[in-house]
Amino acid sequence: MSDTLERVRKIVIDHLDADPDKVTEKASFIDDLGADSLDNVELVMAFEEEFDIEIPDDAAEHIQTVGDAVKFIDEKTAG
Amino acid sequence: MRRVVVTGLGLVTPLGTGVEHSWKGIVEGRSGIRPITAFDTEGFACTIAGEVPSVDGRGGGGPDVPGSFDADAIMSPKERKRVDDFILFGIAAADEALNDANWHPETDEDKERTGVMMGAGIGGLGPIAESAQILAESGPRRISPFFIPSALINLVSGQISIRHQLKGPNHAVVTACASGVHAIGDAARMIAFDDADVMVAGGAESSIVPIGIAGFLACKALCTAYNDTPEKASRPYDRGHAGFVMGEGAGVLVLEEYEHAKARGAKIYAEVIGYGMSGDAFHITAPSEDGDGAYRAMKAAVKRAGIDVTDIDYVNAHGTSTMADWIELRAVERLVGNHAGHLAMSSTKSMTGHLLGAAGAIEAVFSVLAIRDQIAPPTINLDDPEHETAIDLVPHKGKPMEIDVAMSNSFGFGGTNASILFRKVA
Repeated sequence: MSDTLERVRKIVIDHLDADPDKVTEKASFIDDLGADSLDNVELVMAFEEEFDIEIPDDAAEHIQTVGDAVKFIDEKTAG
Repeated sequence: MRRVVVTGLGLVTPLGTGVEHSWKGIVEGRSGIRPITAFDTEGFACTIAGEVPSVDGRGGGGPDVPGSFDADAIMSPKERKRVDDFILFGIAAADEALNDANWHPETDEDKERTGVMMGAGIGGLGPIAESAQILAESGPRRISPFFIPSALINLVSGQISIRHQLKGPNHAVVTACASGVHAIGDAARMIAFDDADVMVAGGAESSIVPIGIAGFLACKALCTAYNDTPEKASRPYDRGHAGFVMGEGAGVLVLEEYEHAKARGAKIYAEVIGYGMSGDAFHITAPSEDGDGAYRAMKAAVKRAGIDVTDIDYVNAHGTSTMADWIELRAVERLVGNHAGHLAMSSTKSMTGHLLGAAGAIEAVFSVLAIRDQIAPPTINLDDPEHETAIDLVPHKGKPMEIDVAMSNSFGFGGTNASILFRKVA
């Protein structure tokens, strides 16, 4: 498991009070983990802080799953 | 006109969480005023308030202290990000009131005929101040998506409706320290007008935050003279009064159409028989000195009730421990005339402090309980009455007496006045 995935999972588990077993790469914040649109905004803010990056609004709209977040963050931090 | 009765009560006050716990303290004449624990009061001229005792140690509460507020029992920490304390207090009081009323609507019709009408004076002052600081220090992108919905006053009504699936009228009142009475009176009218059969009505407030204390200090409204003896700080009608003491919490009543309550065999505490309102048109923070606004609100409530002033047994006064207490007292004397010698009037704010937009709601609950238990709650700290009056201000200890009709007054900044009348149902 990548370091990014572990850190993203920890944020998602903390913020959504989610069952760790359900927080897989494929898990959708809204469909699988009980988040609403406001939770999504808060998660994106938490990713920005944790990884010291900026996630523009149009990119944030496409971050719907744990895997989406990991992919975006890895691309951003690699560059 | 459809009749409206009270079938459920809920309280979160500086004297504890739960109606029976709070009411016991009130009848015994206990003060809920203590040193502020919510923040560091260094540099504040007022360092005391009526905080809600909580299991986390706030306000003198604790896991082993009976009547301590337990936020975890109401909402998970994750859900609590979405609500400021005033909403949490309102939800807790509404839960208790609906359980007390044994009203848990399950059919579409019952849900659609049950509404919510809560008031607050200020709402989420804490999150507003904290978010303003984040904005200044870190910029707009760091503001929480939960900031606005945690701070809006009508989100008390919204949260209660979502929690209990109450789909009738969903409304909120903002009239400063008169909000609680206005919410109850307006909700009663919605039932009388056939907009709903049941209304969850009351008020909630949580302004014991640095900017709240600093703001009221700047208005010269808060007591600064009793920081070392907090239990003596709120002293309406006493020569030593020195300004109001802030309280926090919530009060909720379940109001119900009389036939609806009877048909389901509900316990009926009292009937809402009168409600009156007025405006001072005088000053932004001070009441008109002749007390005419207060007088006209009470007179309108009496007229609506179709009773005689001699029918009034007990008045729960606005009585904030300021110079305005005397203005209200004179207005009540003017209203009742020769009946003054038969009237009991007390300020329970001597024990709870001033809960602003929740004050009228918790005091309406106390007025209903005064009718239930046939006891007038006391005005504590009334050691040296400032003015002579024929009215019994019920010093120090609760007074057992016959109470058929009780009135509760609330007046707010901006010169807004409200008065409500409850009567025992035979």
